[in-house]
Amino acid sequence: MKALKRTLGIVWILLGPLSTIFMFWQAWDKISSAAAGIDQTNTALQWGIILLIFIPIAAGLVIFGKYALAGEFDDLPTNSEEL
Amino acid sequence: MNHEPKTNNIFKVIGASSLGTLIEWYDFYIFGSLATIIGAQLFPSDAGASALINTLAIFAAGFIVRPFGALVFGRLGDLIGRKYTFLLTLVLMGGSTFLIGLIPSYQSIGYAAPILVLILRLIQGLALGGEYGGAATYVAEHAPKGKRGFFTSWIQTTATLGLFLSLGVIVITKNIIGAEQFADWGWRVPFLLSIVLILVSVYIRMKMHESPLFSKLKSEGNISKNPLKESFSKKSNFKMVLLALFGAAMGQGVVWYTGQFYAQSFIENTCKVDFNDSRYILLWGIAFATPFFVIFGAWSDKIGRKWIMLTGMLLGVICYRPIYQEFLNRTDVSNVTPSEIKEVSAPIILRTAIHDATHTVDLHNASTAVRTAKHESGDSLVTTTTMVSLLDGSSFHKVQVDTLYADASKAIGHAPVLYKDKKLASNDFWVFVGLIFFQVLLVTMVYGPIAAFLVELFPTKIRYTSMSLPYHIGNGVFGGLVPFVATLIASFKGSTPLSGLWYPIGIAALCFVIGTIYLSNKRDENVND
Repeated sequence: MKALKRTLGIVWILLGPLSTIFMFWQAWDKISSAAAGIDQTNTALQWGIILLIFIPIAAGLVIFGKYALAGEFDDLPTNSEEL
Repeated sequence: MNHEPKTNNIFKVIGASSLGTLIEWYDFYIFGSLATIIGAQLFPSDAGASALINTLAIFAAGFIVRPFGALVFGRLGDLIGRKYTFLLTLVLMGGSTFLIGLIPSYQSIGYAAPILVLILRLIQGLALGGEYGGAATYVAEHAPKGKRGFFTSWIQTTATLGLFLSLGVIVITKNIIGAEQFADWGWRVPFLLSIVLILVSVYIRMKMHESPLFSKLKSEGNISKNPLKESFSKKSNFKMVLLALFGAAMGQGVVWYTGQFYAQSFIENTCKVDFNDSRYILLWGIAFATPFFVIFGAWSDKIGRKWIMLTGMLLGVICYRPIYQEFLNRTDVSNVTPSEIKEVSAPIILRTAIHDATHTVDLHNASTAVRTAKHESGDSLVTTTTMVSLLDGSSFHKVQVDTLYADASKAIGHAPVLYKDKKLASNDFWVFVGLIFFQVLLVTMVYGPIAAFLVELFPTKIRYTSMSLPYHIGNGVFGGLVPFVATLIASFKGSTPLSGLWYPIGIAALCFVIGTIYLSNKRDENVND
């Protein structure tokens, strides 16, 4: 199980930037295909919000993956003294 | 410290904490429950679907700031105490809700209307971000060993009951004053009513005492000097914050908001079920499922929190698409045969001028759109509405919009027939209630034990801050964005009505995998550290 936890750390590290690239690609696609004018502004605003919110979370996933790879989750603390 | 409060005391603590939290949820959810009507009030009348998306964006903004509220008020809660912090959040929430009820419409003050509502919505989000962690921590710190899941599960019922209360007040108000008056001004009543509820709750909370664990820490001079720094800059604690988010809270958040919010939005806006029917369905589903918060909370004291929560997520991943497909199948009236029809009402025909040839008419709201006409082109829209009643007791409105051109050589333009205001047959209604009940049951599985789970992950002196952040990112961001993101995905070219479900399914699946592999099922019996 410890090996699996560590190995999957690589997946989480990769998933962070991949999901960010996917979101940017979707944003670009939807904004450029929206009709010029208020529709395009609305679409840009909506995707701006999504990117602003999810990029830090994607960064958090990378950090989570890094911790997993380093074995930080091999044994979880059993009481607050270990935190 | 041996900390075993008397049963009477703990129920007073639960009652006072839960009432305030329930009212905060009520305040927060009336906005979402009235999104369609508020959209028409806050944005230009010809904005159509974009008004709904923008309103949902304002609704979502309230969720997005919740993690910031968790940081601000979590820090306060760990510094000055739980009691005064969640009194403050209650007042902020009630004040902003009341003021939303007073905001003039777009017709009166233009774009200042949505901007003001957005600001108040942000304050609501901040307040809620501070409230929940405080209430959960406060109850958990009063709860006896081995019953933390059971006692905190009462706090967990408040979010659903807050939604229940908001839907109930909306339906009652609408039934009393009528649909037209409700859409005009009556939607403000549920917001204004909030001030009364808040005053009662503040009065009750003023009489509460500080958490015994926090009081002990304070008297010993052991409270944290910088809870934010201790929570997030110390790797040993920060890794648990990340684990709580990615292994539990984000999946819990999407299951919660799919079952209770996206379901309502889908039934009303995609299936076009009648306003009242869609709310009654949700009310029944919630009423039947709510006791399971306490059942799963108490069960988690015996078998651990992990597998109850993860099973709820897994069932969501497997069942969402079949459930929503069933919603669509049972409301599809496009293939009704003449032998199924009991009665067709006389058509109501409305002819309205089109102000220019390039004007984009929202076919869902055609009569409203053309009312803004200033320069008639000579072309006109003819809207024919008939009410069709079926032998099984169901009914719906059939709307046909045709375009008549001033140039007689042009053929009449036919738009696709629209079906709306569907009233369900009795058996379909109860199937819908059953499907909502099942979704809320999944909510109770993921949500019932999570307060105890989060409380047990972190030590007393930074508990409020540490548990609030993953909870509010999971619920506020991942969960709160479900209606917005799912509606957005479903509006993409080539998407189907079920496409929006890939968002909650994907997040719940990811969380299930992370939770299964990384979470421990062990319960930390000691929260006194």
